[in-house]
Amino acid sequence: MSAPRVVLVDDHGLFRSGVRAELGREVDVVGEADDVQPAIALIAALLPDVVLLDVHLPGGGGQAVIQAVKAGHPQVRFLALSASDAPEDVIAVIRAGARGYVTKTISTAELADAVRRVAAGDAVFSHRLAGFVLDAFAATPSADDLKPSFDSELDQLTNREREVLRLIAQGYTYKEIARELFISVKTVESHVSSVLRKLQLSTRHQLTRWAAERRL
Amino acid sequence: MSRIVRSGCLGHDGYVEHPTRWRRDPARFRHREGDGGPLRRDPADRLGGGVASGVAAWKGFNVTTVRIAFVLLTVVTTGGAVAAYVLAWLVIPAAGGGPSIGVKARSDSQGLGLAAGLASLLILVLLVAAALSDSWLINWAWPQVLSVAGLVLIWRNAPADEQATMRHLLQPLEAATGVTAGVATPHRRAVLRLTIAGLLLLGGVTWLFSVHGSIALLRPLGGVALVIVAIVLALGPWWLRIARELVLERQARVRAEERADIAARVHDSVLQTLALIQRRADDPAKVIQLARLQERELRSWLFEGRAPNELDADLTLAAGVRQIQQDVETRYGVPVEAVTVGDTKLDDNLSALLAAAREATINAAKWSGADVISLFAEVEPAEVLLVVRDRGQGFDPEAVPADRQGLAESVHGRMTRRGGTATVSTAVGEGTKVTLKMPIGASSPASPGGPGGHGGTGPPIKRGGRGGSSPRGKRAKT
Repeated sequence: MSAPRVVLVDDHGLFRSGVRAELGREVDVVGEADDVQPAIALIAALLPDVVLLDVHLPGGGGQAVIQAVKAGHPQVRFLALSASDAPEDVIAVIRAGARGYVTKTISTAELADAVRRVAAGDAVFSHRLAGFVLDAFAATPSADDLKPSFDSELDQLTNREREVLRLIAQGYTYKEIARELFISVKTVESHVSSVLRKLQLSTRHQLTRWAAERRL
Repeated sequence: MSRIVRSGCLGHDGYVEHPTRWRRDPARFRHREGDGGPLRRDPADRLGGGVASGVAAWKGFNVTTVRIAFVLLTVVTTGGAVAAYVLAWLVIPAAGGGPSIGVKARSDSQGLGLAAGLASLLILVLLVAAALSDSWLINWAWPQVLSVAGLVLIWRNAPADEQATMRHLLQPLEAATGVTAGVATPHRRAVLRLTIAGLLLLGGVTWLFSVHGSIALLRPLGGVALVIVAIVLALGPWWLRIARELVLERQARVRAEERADIAARVHDSVLQTLALIQRRADDPAKVIQLARLQERELRSWLFEGRAPNELDADLTLAAGVRQIQQDVETRYGVPVEAVTVGDTKLDDNLSALLAAAREATINAAKWSGADVISLFAEVEPAEVLLVVRDRGQGFDPEAVPADRQGLAESVHGRMTRRGGTATVSTAVGEGTKVTLKMPIGASSPASPGGPGGHGGTGPPIKRGGRGGSSPRGKRAKT
């Protein structure tokens, strides 16, 4: 597989040049943008495989970029990057359509790996995100969650998905998880993708509230 | 019950837990084959003292077969096998090494006296009972004189985890006789005891009448009663003293546990800081800062009754984990990635869990050489799971010197004293994973009057903006 074409969107020039320098060998960084509007224009022009997107941008949240681009170019995939790790930020960009989320403290090798994974259509969760998801999908729903939902399958994680998330939260790589649970890396990926789908589509109250709060 | 399971772990190649475990412990591997290593009790697979599993491993039998054989033997020998089992428990050393309990018991003169006293009391009761009737029950009871004496010695001299087994086995009995304070109110216990005494008296009298048929034949009973009174007068004070010694013994045990707690705390705070000061001796500013920090901690512990690093009255588990993260990051300069799922109020047990986790994290920061440590806590309905994991150099659990208290006392001891478990998986070059589990909702079994005690575990609490803190069950579909 050829190196994925990547656009960097972050308002810190220093961070962008750092990532570009570090990722330069692993991926093909084709463009950079520092705010929402320039980013939307740039992505529409370049149509990269993956957009590395900062959650916090001066002209609006990262999810504004995702929503604008997705409308015209659904094939572009987004990987969210943030220093904050606040659940509402993370959940909001994921629900807007990002294929994954990593913290800025991630190592270069892991970031490159995450970009490749997202380019291939898989999902990438940071350990914190895995913790949030476990929290949000607690099997005993809060009172707000008891109202009937349209698709209850989307509101529940399977036991296997829980196990995988737990190990991600403990800092395991996909390879280590596969070994720990005696399954293939491919299976781990499909579990994570299925969690991502539930995260994006579920009507669980916590998720919708996090997302709603963020848009206000 | 808990134990440290040593196993190869998280290796990048060939991670298969069980085979690795056997391979790492060749003595045990040989036992499974049954080609005649020395006979050792196997505390890892025990119901009572691990004698049956030991014998099974020794001869290569199935454990269940040995246990069934033992039950049959008990019936055939009218209880003799039970006494034999207790003796075997005393005499055969445990698989982990160390002398047998019997060897330790030899130097325990108080315990020997106690055993002799109880045995003599039991013999007396049996003599009287035998004089009154020739029941098969008494034949069954005789060997138990030996069992009781043996169990007393085991109780006093067994390692802590085996004591925990015995305590567990005795729990129903304690509840019935009301030994455990707080299970029933004093009033209810008295009623229970009087009822039992009344029933016994009624049963005894009915029995006597039915056996002897007439009151006239009860006359020898007067003599028996006199003998009993005489013996009670003669031996009574001795028995009283034994009873008092039992109480003192329990107090001493409580004191020993408190001392262990204090030792663990001093190790975590003062000794750690002293070690750090030695390492940073060339940086006066840092040394002063460390000394100040330690002084503050020590003062708040000694004069305000607050343990260093832990137990803020309204602290929650997640806040505690965050505190560990911050402290370790500032003191040791190693990033800690902490994830908590759900949250709950801290009680003594969970504070002990946090203290153990702190110790495991500090261990990882100091020795593993890993660039990052992950800390994962999850509140489940029945227990709290806490995992401390690094991808560092790992270690050989056999090679840790006995005076390095970190894992053994501060982590393992802390968890077991509160009814939790600690599992360490590590191997040289393969990182370390410490898994801690502490049950919630149950009061601590073994430490009355711990510092800062504030009742049982509170219900899981909700965090603002993140309602998903309630425990999860098995509702998920698969």
